[in-house]
Amino acid sequence: MSKGVLVDVSRCIGCRSCMVACKTWNDLPAGKSEFTNNWDAPGKVDADNWTVVNYHIVEQDEQIKWRFVKRQCMHCDEPACEAACFTHSFVKTQEGAVIYKPTELNQDYCVGCRYCMIACPFGVPSFQWDKALPFVQKCRFCYDRMKEGMKPACVTACPTGTLKYGERDALLKEAWQRINSNPNYIKRVYGEKEYGGTSWLYISDVPFDEIGLKTKAYGQDVSERSIPSLTWDVLKWTPYIFVGWGAILTALNFYTKRRAEAHHDGEIYEAVNTIEEKKDE
Amino acid sequence: MQKTWSFKLTPFRYVLIGLAGIAVVVALARFIFGLGAVTNLSDEWPWGLWIGFDLLCGIALAGGGFSTAFIVHVLHKEKYLPIARAALLTSLIGYIIALVSLLLDIGRWTNCWRPFFYWGFHSVLFEVFWCISLYTTVQVLEFGDIFFERVKIAPLKKILSKAMLPLTILGIVLPTLHQSSLGSLYIVTIDRLNPLWWSMIIPFFFVWSAFFLGPAMVTIEGTLAARAYNRKPETHIFASLTKVTMWMLIVYFIVKIIDLSYRGVYSMAFNGSFESNMFLVEMIVFILAPIFMYAIPAIRKTQWGVVTASALVVIGVVFNRMNVVFTGMAQSAGGHYFPSIWEWLITLGMWSVLALAYLFVVENFPILVKEDHEQESLSSGESVTTGRSVEA
Repeated sequence: MSKGVLVDVSRCIGCRSCMVACKTWNDLPAGKSEFTNNWDAPGKVDADNWTVVNYHIVEQDEQIKWRFVKRQCMHCDEPACEAACFTHSFVKTQEGAVIYKPTELNQDYCVGCRYCMIACPFGVPSFQWDKALPFVQKCRFCYDRMKEGMKPACVTACPTGTLKYGERDALLKEAWQRINSNPNYIKRVYGEKEYGGTSWLYISDVPFDEIGLKTKAYGQDVSERSIPSLTWDVLKWTPYIFVGWGAILTALNFYTKRRAEAHHDGEIYEAVNTIEEKKDE
Repeated sequence: MQKTWSFKLTPFRYVLIGLAGIAVVVALARFIFGLGAVTNLSDEWPWGLWIGFDLLCGIALAGGGFSTAFIVHVLHKEKYLPIARAALLTSLIGYIIALVSLLLDIGRWTNCWRPFFYWGFHSVLFEVFWCISLYTTVQVLEFGDIFFERVKIAPLKKILSKAMLPLTILGIVLPTLHQSSLGSLYIVTIDRLNPLWWSMIIPFFFVWSAFFLGPAMVTIEGTLAARAYNRKPETHIFASLTKVTMWMLIVYFIVKIIDLSYRGVYSMAFNGSFESNMFLVEMIVFILAPIFMYAIPAIRKTQWGVVTASALVVIGVVFNRMNVVFTGMAQSAGGHYFPSIWEWLITLGMWSVLALAYLFVVENFPILVKEDHEQESLSSGESVTTGRSVEA
């Protein structure tokens, strides 16, 4: 019963109603943006902008295509931020939302170490840099609305049907139906497998790499394994190393001890006499 | 042994105290006004100088503590005993600095105690945090053994002496774990950290380099201390330690090549990009060059040679950590980051405190090895009767 949103990039006209809806519903302060010579402002998600619409100009067969891509938290099935956090400040809910400071109990465990920001493959968690005691901020899939059976604010605001909210499984099926019935689509659902799969799914008629959704990094396909599963591959050895290495060291220590009685630590050292250090440094 | 505490102030030390004072003021400003006001950090570059240098490098440079403990107290290679306490001391101070820089760096510093109670055990950071905290405690206790030689509280000294063996073992196991998990922290950066540095075995590279850095660091410290206090450096000890470092460097180099080939990114090292050039410098100047310098006796056995090669090893590990944190991430992170003047001042201040603390402890506690009679008569004339040469 995990929810998701299907984003059809080919349908987006870049009106940015979703951004306005997000700000309104979540009570996020407006920011004064500087003039930039594009349609991107503010360009990237940050603490006060949980969703942004980026524009991309794609040249294809001597044709110039404008494409707009709504970006927000992808709500990974196995979120890197959740596994990275050592105070349980992130949670993947049953409904599919990945939320920060999720429960009543867990309002203020975050220490602000920002490892979640290092861990997120999509660069989503953002920090309140201007606050003395900042929180991490990001899209929470309108979890409050979701629990009441409502669509996320951004989805309700979309006038073109770019965004569709529903069960992730059903959306995935629909995505493939659309792709298979129209040869213009790229044969890939972004978010189906990337980093173990995400609740938000994208389909597009232009290559994903040209609209900011990475399918390759340094010439290799992006990971289909989730980031938590990668770190767990290493972390799971911790207790064995602790016990095993400790046992080896203890054994070594006794094995080589035969020469140890000879010395008394304290007698070979001295405090440096300060009179000596005339030409100190 | 001296009767009173002493700390002679020289102009150089006044400068260090001044830098420390400035850092305290900047730190206060950071706590009051927040990270954004003081640092150049951003959403693209959430970790900067304090984590990249003070924490990652500080902890790595403190690797001398656990590698020396392993060599001296577990393998009982007693000819290295003269450097054991100095290594422990630098390591302890290094860890305290790292913890302080961590406290400065975390946004919600008032919550710094929370991770002790809310266990996110699936987080690499959880392991790092616990191991570093525990290991710092262990080192404080190990140092307590020395402390109570000077400050005579017999019962405490007795308890600590009995606890020394488990403490020593813990004092090696814990750093092994967290030196490696400092590397594991970067496993999450798959597809973003340049594959020349990203690897599933990055924890191995981190712990291995922290270990082989130990003897090199001890050499540098020992030389500096000898120069500062007008003593004879323990050149022959340093020279014989180089065997450990050299073999470990060779293993490091071989594993690195196997790792790159296995992941099929070997050719990336030669594609002429900025990253590839930085990687080549790291491998050639800071890994291969020291191996050759250590391998040639004519270089290894001179004070000049052993210090230069050790300096290359130490700088090389710092260079490697900087490459992981900055060089390798630059392309994917976007934006740019250069530490602000305030970040630099805090860092400078913290390392000044490190130097001052080292000087104070060395001058007031039995840390460095006793000099032979000849030198003793040259310097002060205070009666040190049992100056038996332990190096022999």
